[in-house]
Amino acid sequence: VDLRYSESDERFRAELRAWLSTAVPSLPPKPGPHDWDARRKYDTTWQKMLHEAGYAGINWPAEYGGRGASPTEHLIFLEECERAGAPYVGVNFVGLLHAGPTLIAEGTSEQKAAHLPKILSGDEVWCQGFSEPGAGSDLASLQTRAVRDGDHYVVNGQKIWTSFAHVADFGELLVRTDPEAPKHKGITWLILPMDAPGIEVRPLRTIAGSSEFSEVFFNDVRIPVENRVGEENDGWRVAMVTFSFERGTAFVGELLHSARLVENLAQIARKIPRGEGTVWDDAGVRRELGHIAADLDGLWHLTKRTITESERTGVPGIGGSIFKLYYSEVRHKLGDLAIRILGTAGLSHEDVAEMPAADHVRGWIHAMSISIAAGTSQIQRNILSERVLGMPKEPS
Amino acid sequence: VNFDLDADERALQGGIRDVCRGVFPMEKVRAMESGLDRAAWRALSEAGVFSLRVSEDQGGLGLGMTHAAIVFEELGRALVPGPLVGTHCARTLSIEEEIVTMCARGDAFVDHLGDADAVATVDADGVWLISKSEIESVPVPQPLDPLTPLNAVKALAQGKKIADEKTATAISLQAPVLISAFLVGIASAETDLAVAYAKDRQQFGRVIGSFQAIKHICADMLTRAEVARAAVYAAAVHLDGNGDGDTARAVNGATLLASDAAFLNGKACVQVHGGMGFTWEIDAHLYLKRATALSAFLGGADEHAEAMAAYL
Repeated sequence: VDLRYSESDERFRAELRAWLSTAVPSLPPKPGPHDWDARRKYDTTWQKMLHEAGYAGINWPAEYGGRGASPTEHLIFLEECERAGAPYVGVNFVGLLHAGPTLIAEGTSEQKAAHLPKILSGDEVWCQGFSEPGAGSDLASLQTRAVRDGDHYVVNGQKIWTSFAHVADFGELLVRTDPEAPKHKGITWLILPMDAPGIEVRPLRTIAGSSEFSEVFFNDVRIPVENRVGEENDGWRVAMVTFSFERGTAFVGELLHSARLVENLAQIARKIPRGEGTVWDDAGVRRELGHIAADLDGLWHLTKRTITESERTGVPGIGGSIFKLYYSEVRHKLGDLAIRILGTAGLSHEDVAEMPAADHVRGWIHAMSISIAAGTSQIQRNILSERVLGMPKEPS
Repeated sequence: VNFDLDADERALQGGIRDVCRGVFPMEKVRAMESGLDRAAWRALSEAGVFSLRVSEDQGGLGLGMTHAAIVFEELGRALVPGPLVGTHCARTLSIEEEIVTMCARGDAFVDHLGDADAVATVDADGVWLISKSEIESVPVPQPLDPLTPLNAVKALAQGKKIADEKTATAISLQAPVLISAFLVGIASAETDLAVAYAKDRQQFGRVIGSFQAIKHICADMLTRAEVARAAVYAAAVHLDGNGDGDTARAVNGATLLASDAAFLNGKACVQVHGGMGFTWEIDAHLYLKRATALSAFLGGADEHAEAMAAYL
């Protein structure tokens, strides 16, 4: 075991830090949370800058236009981007972290050529059409139907929780192609062009007040058969490939941001008056903050163990589920504590009276999505107890 | 960055695990309520548990804290009783007495005094060796952990200085990591024990491990143990000089997570066993009580949480 960075790791870090120090300040001001066209432009502008500097698709293989960085360099990339206050993936999330890696693993050479370069250059934004109103945790029971008609699939049905649907060019779509087969055996993975006739996108207002997600309705939408990724009725397996990327390092960037939130909250606690002093004088509050800091440190060490494993085996292991379950709990603890510390200063989505509360209020609400999205904490516990501890499986 | 155990580390882990299985099966561990077994203690000594960090030219294995953490995790998994950390630290300072218990000067209690051949005490000025006759103490009736006998200290002699303040400072970081590694072993053993029972025990016509109410408790146990293990190994690596951050912070965080994991998993293990978990016969309480004793020796979770806050 050796947690030190090698000389070449440190060279990579120094070059990246130098580039970020000029690139980040050159960005235009961040758009408001509700201006979706501006958000797409902002996030794709950053993606273009990364692309031109050779950092796009940091962990994608070089033969597909990625940087081909090692998992350790990937960690350094996330560390330095957070330190520099660089934008996170934003609307490029699905393309860079799910759809792209899935196409690399399972796509045809035509599909790779058509999409991978544009995802990397910020010219193509993707969304995810997996969940349905009746298929959440039980995703394999999805009902959106695709019927073969010559060289097209004709799709009817409804998806929900489709992130960035209203600004996306393409979507990853799971459809039922064989309703007679057992539920895991009749699903197909399709590339959905968002400009196809018959698609209706209705933004869904979340408890955060914004509309990151949409409902997407399909009315005789024709999708060419050549858009199929993997074989017909083999889509569940392809989706599992997608999920392994989703649970791998997708939350690590957030972890570093969370560590910053804790430090910031400690500063806020020193400013909020209570009695003769401040909230920071309360040993209970300090201990809760200290505990959360230890939890986040522990998760950082766990991440290093997980990436060492994936460096050796080539796939993100079960560490992803352990990470996500624990991380969700810590973010709930952090958010709840922030709301208690802020008191009335936390009653707005924006900073009030020079108190930098907005990040914490949004963070508190965000925490409630972390323990639900990408497999609820309850589903993660099923996965861990069944796959690691060998306990009996849930009925499927 | 490499978090994998190398071939030597894995061999050490397997070797110690075998020694523990052979010499410290649970019925032998339980029998040590009436006192440590010197033959079993010597088996640990021969396996290098105490001389692990002694240099090779002094007859030791010349290894570091990372290896020691691997070994102490295995000792914890087997719930090996005795002043293991004290004897390990004493041997590292060339103290040859067979069983050495250790406390900080000012501690109200010292453990395993009856079995010990000597006492090592750490204070701000250094490390001191005190003979048993120089301690005035009273045995604690019915210690919470039947395998951690305690004496209430009335008076402690100054003793003979065996190491300087620099060494004392080093021990004050090393000992918590060894205890934390032991606690991680306990946290894992508690998980294994609960899972094994849940796969066997039937109610409502099915094994209770098929109910999510039980599975989810076990998944949380696994998660706590794994995060704590990563933190403890990282702390040990920091003490070996191969870390990437603040050493004292890494030690503090590891101590906190390991204390929590062993304590909470111990309670969960009792709960998963239901009524049986409340019996003396089931081992769950022995793990929980040891975890509670060791966490108390470490100063308690509140103290570590407060220490972490100092970094914010």
